[in-house]
Amino acid sequence: MTEFWWVYLWPVLWIVIKILLLVVPLLIGVAYLTYAERKVIGAMHLRRGPNVVGPYGLLQPIADGMKLFFKETIIPTGANKVVFLVAPMLTFSLALIAWAVIPVGNGLVIANINVGVLYLFAISSLGVYGVLMAGWSSNSKYAFLGGLRSAAQMVSYEVSMGFIIITVLLVAGSLNLSDIVRAQQETIWFVVPLFPMAVIFFITTLAETNRHPFDMPEAEAELVSGYNVEYSAMTFALFFLGEYANMILMAGMTTILFLGGWLPILDVAPFNWIPGPIWFALKMAFVLFIFLWVRATFPRYRYDQLMRLGWKVFLPISLAAVVIVGGIVVAFDINPLGR
Amino acid sequence: MVIQALAFYLFSIITVVAAVMVISARNPVHSVLFLILAFFNSAGLFVLLGAEFLAMVMVVVYVGAVAVLFMFVVMMLDVNIAELRQGFLQYLPLGGIVGLVLLMELAVVAGGFVFSPEVSERFAAPIPVPSDIANTEALGNIIYTKYVYFFQAAGIILLVAMIGAIVLTHRSREGTRKQRISNQVNRRPEDTIEIKKVSTGSGI
Repeated sequence: MTEFWWVYLWPVLWIVIKILLLVVPLLIGVAYLTYAERKVIGAMHLRRGPNVVGPYGLLQPIADGMKLFFKETIIPTGANKVVFLVAPMLTFSLALIAWAVIPVGNGLVIANINVGVLYLFAISSLGVYGVLMAGWSSNSKYAFLGGLRSAAQMVSYEVSMGFIIITVLLVAGSLNLSDIVRAQQETIWFVVPLFPMAVIFFITTLAETNRHPFDMPEAEAELVSGYNVEYSAMTFALFFLGEYANMILMAGMTTILFLGGWLPILDVAPFNWIPGPIWFALKMAFVLFIFLWVRATFPRYRYDQLMRLGWKVFLPISLAAVVIVGGIVVAFDINPLGR
Repeated sequence: MVIQALAFYLFSIITVVAAVMVISARNPVHSVLFLILAFFNSAGLFVLLGAEFLAMVMVVVYVGAVAVLFMFVVMMLDVNIAELRQGFLQYLPLGGIVGLVLLMELAVVAGGFVFSPEVSERFAAPIPVPSDIANTEALGNIIYTKYVYFFQAAGIILLVAMIGAIVLTHRSREGTRKQRISNQVNRRPEDTIEIKKVSTGSGI
């Protein structure tokens, strides 16, 4: 019996505990990201933002969640029921499972796999299915147009995103996310040598998460709310949470690839007393702030301009960067991990 | 080991069932969704084999790109389900013959399959510990050295296919309005704005 406990049950239980330790703060982060978005944009518009529910409006996300939870889930008669219900679940679960490989601190990762970057890339490329399925199964023209736009947009920007990730991999010499951060510990945060790539990566993450100024799939002025127009109550809430969890995920990816993950700003006394996960969260908060800042600043792109930017500007630049960075890495024998 | 075996059976059963559903589902969109499920679970099988790079590339390429385009096209088809049902029996003999021929060919190939002597020697060699050498690294070392010509040939075939697809489908239509960024950037105020002095009480 004790063997059964130590060999089978305990590892499973331990994994469940680790998952909970990661997912619970993540979901709280998602809830308060919506609050932060409203507060930050409010401040930028010279408004106050939510300030009624709780002190400083801090209970607003909980109130919103309760409201969505108690509303009725309406399924349109013309909808394809199974696909309609699977779509939000898929979006939400994909946003969560990607976190399995994110190292929030030195060694603090659920699955330290050797192809971590590829896993993240694969999961983020699956995100398009939630939107596509929702758009098709709703049997509504607005939702359908939103779904089509989203598919084209996400596939286009994935290409240049992949090339930018390759430049980072070339410099770091590893596909393991923890090793990429350690390579930055040995040298310098990759945002310094690869600054143009970091900027393009950030812009592609905006397009990948369907955020402003690339929120074509849910452009409320043309498509009402795009792919999620037929969704109500918890089905809508799952889309909403998935979208924000994806934003946090992309911020985490930017942090790991370019901003040195869990590393402190300077490796000197007051800074390296602060534990790694806190640095990681601070850096993600910084990237997320830029997400919100962009939303408050820029008007929406027109669809053909969006495609032009993806295919005619970012793709050639990132492709050239792979060649140039690869050449430099070989010429100067850059190998931060010493392998 | 037990968990791995359970995972293997789970993945393979879902793969087979999904593959059957791809051809038996009435609705083409459902077929594509089952195809994605089959791809995804076969990626899981690759992970169990220790080929994590192949698994991830499978998901990125097939699920993330190829199937999205399938879905994109299939979603826009206006499908009449009753019509599809009629066609099924009509095409069954032809499809059945093609399937049978393929099955026979597969049987012939599988029957005559032997490992080359070089590979069978390797079986005796100890399998390297996965933590010593990364899967991706091993694959890269062999693709870019020993099989570099095949790799380049595959790349050229893909390039030709890509150019072919563009040449076949691209047509420039008359009367479409395009945004030319260079023209917009090169515009100067002198070219477009004319400042006139208008005396009070009279028009231009």
